[in-house]
Amino acid sequence: MLKATRTLAILLAAGLGLAAGAAQGAGEAKHPHAPPGGWSFEGMFGHYDKAAVQRGFQIYKEVCAACHGMEYVAIRTLGSPSGPGYSEDEVEAVAAEFRVPAGPDPQTGSLVDDIGLPRLRPALPSDRFTSPYPNDIAARAANGGALPPDLSVIAKAREGGASYIYSLMTGYQEPPPGVTLEAGMHYNPYMAGGQIAMPPQLVPDRVAYEDGTEASVEQMASDIATFLNWAAEPELEFRKKLGFMVISYLAVLSLLVFLAYRRLWRNVGH
Amino acid sequence: MSHQSTYRPTGPFTEWLDKRLPVPRLMHDSLVDFPTPRNLNYWYTFGGILTFCLISQIVTGIILAMHYTPHVDYAFESVERIMRDVNFGWLLRYAHAVGASMFFFAVYVHIFRGLYYGSYKAPREVLWMLGVVILLLMMATAFMGYVLPWGQMSFWGATVITNFFTAIPLVGNAITEWLWGGFAVGNATLNRFFSLHYLLPFVIFGVVILHIWALHVPGNNNPTGIDVRGKQDTVPFHPYYTVKDGFALSLFCILFAWYVFFAPNALGHPDNYIPADPLVTPPHIVPEWYFLPFYAILRSIPDKLLGVIAMFGSIAILFVLPWLDRSPVRSLRYRPMTQIFFVGFVVACGVLMYCGGKPAEGVYVLWARLATAYYFAYFLLILPIVGLIETPRKLPDSIAKPVLPAPALAGGTPIGATAAPHTDG
Repeated sequence: MLKATRTLAILLAAGLGLAAGAAQGAGEAKHPHAPPGGWSFEGMFGHYDKAAVQRGFQIYKEVCAACHGMEYVAIRTLGSPSGPGYSEDEVEAVAAEFRVPAGPDPQTGSLVDDIGLPRLRPALPSDRFTSPYPNDIAARAANGGALPPDLSVIAKAREGGASYIYSLMTGYQEPPPGVTLEAGMHYNPYMAGGQIAMPPQLVPDRVAYEDGTEASVEQMASDIATFLNWAAEPELEFRKKLGFMVISYLAVLSLLVFLAYRRLWRNVGH
Repeated sequence: MSHQSTYRPTGPFTEWLDKRLPVPRLMHDSLVDFPTPRNLNYWYTFGGILTFCLISQIVTGIILAMHYTPHVDYAFESVERIMRDVNFGWLLRYAHAVGASMFFFAVYVHIFRGLYYGSYKAPREVLWMLGVVILLLMMATAFMGYVLPWGQMSFWGATVITNFFTAIPLVGNAITEWLWGGFAVGNATLNRFFSLHYLLPFVIFGVVILHIWALHVPGNNNPTGIDVRGKQDTVPFHPYYTVKDGFALSLFCILFAWYVFFAPNALGHPDNYIPADPLVTPPHIVPEWYFLPFYAILRSIPDKLLGVIAMFGSIAILFVLPWLDRSPVRSLRYRPMTQIFFVGFVVACGVLMYCGGKPAEGVYVLWARLATAYYFAYFLLILPIVGLIETPRKLPDSIAKPVLPAPALAGGTPIGATAAPHTDG
């Protein structure tokens, strides 16, 4: 019994140790941190703070969406009860505020409007949050050569996830002595290499929150990080609920099989 | 099978079938009444766990392939569609991605167990070599699977690994271009990797059947490493080991589920959520954790060709292991000197895994070189020499003797009759 327990302990330690072995350094960037109080969506019973996701979406809509798309996120998913949880009417109203490529004109077949820009139409809930730029060349030309990344899975594409976004958005500072910034770059220790093309975005009251929350820089950074985490992991709440049920089931199953095993082997020397 | 068949057809149909295609007899003799040493511990439950892993990967993989698009312009997007729009798509994909890590975790435990208890020694050399073939196939399959989401690590990992082949003198570049289907990793590469990633698991399945066949001819090894000498040494596989393996599998599934539901991306690299871009090289290109030891061996040799040879050699050497170990005793339980060297070997593998994930600079290079030297020395020097000079501890007379009281032994006790109350497990 003791030996078996030891074997299982070794195996469990090795199995859980995999994560530590797999964690890779993301370069020289400063280690990101969560806001005080941490994230509501962490841990076994993690869930999204609906008000925070909605406030985060307001920031995305009013600030981020000017340069960043979320090409893999459908507007309809704003109605998800385990996310922003907007009503059907609210989702339709939000969709109408976005413009998406309209395709050729049904009469003339033209792809451009009367001033030569790509034809656009108001978005539908079934559309995605497309990039505001017609292509990467236009995006780079408008941003001093830098390409604003798509934000659909940004929370999964950076070491530190939501904490990285929070730290980055609040982490702008004057470059330390000895650091020379390249033209058009800003100093931010959380960015790999310390230089980021995106200018600081969050100043107090950059947005007027619809729910009346005070729009401090930390509040806005925390909200946008929460929203982008939802955008990257819309299944998170359901996943963790299901996981809790699966593991509870397996724990009971393990116990029953263990008792069956003990009973069967009771009088068998081994 | 090496033992007498005890199958009795249960009715007219099974009797009819038994004379034509005796599948029920085969199943009965290999999975029900197969005589198995009574002293197998939990390290021996990983064979069953690995079978589960293979089937789980095949089932989730087949369904994922129904929704995946193997094209450089659509692969990344199709994976996001699986995550967002396919019912339970996130579960399938996370179970498949985490499942690969679980598969390797289990296979490494299984291999270390074989190394410790001498399961590669006569008469199980072919069984062991088939296992090494399975490991190689698993590595190829996992590597090509990691390319499919077409993220940054997919693309750059594929570029680094396929570039190994350019190290071959004279024909290296031609071979590499032939593998790529072009002059760089591109759409043709992605397509053939998808095709092979779908094919190889079934090849693995076939070799697994051979592996189990080769296991059932000599029968299981066991922690004492001594041969089964009669009925008192064994119990039928079912129900004794189906229940023990089932318990271990259930615990393993808890670990598996913990990763799938609570840390699905902990074992992957965040860069693979950035779509592949041939113009932007990630600062550190690292393979998945299960390849890190081999990656460390590759990088610890300063010459490209020799590095590639060392990396492939670190697996190839396992093929000849049965003839490198000269000791007449199988289990390291009774080999005090080798036991200590074995602990060193496990540590060396850990050091290699750690260094493989770090940049190849400074102290990591030194550690990786020392660990690489030990890895090869263990097989080429320690096992051949120590086997000849060490004095083994006294082996038990039989598997049953330490666990059964004398009268029970004398009578050749049937299972579960008057055996001693158990003390272990």
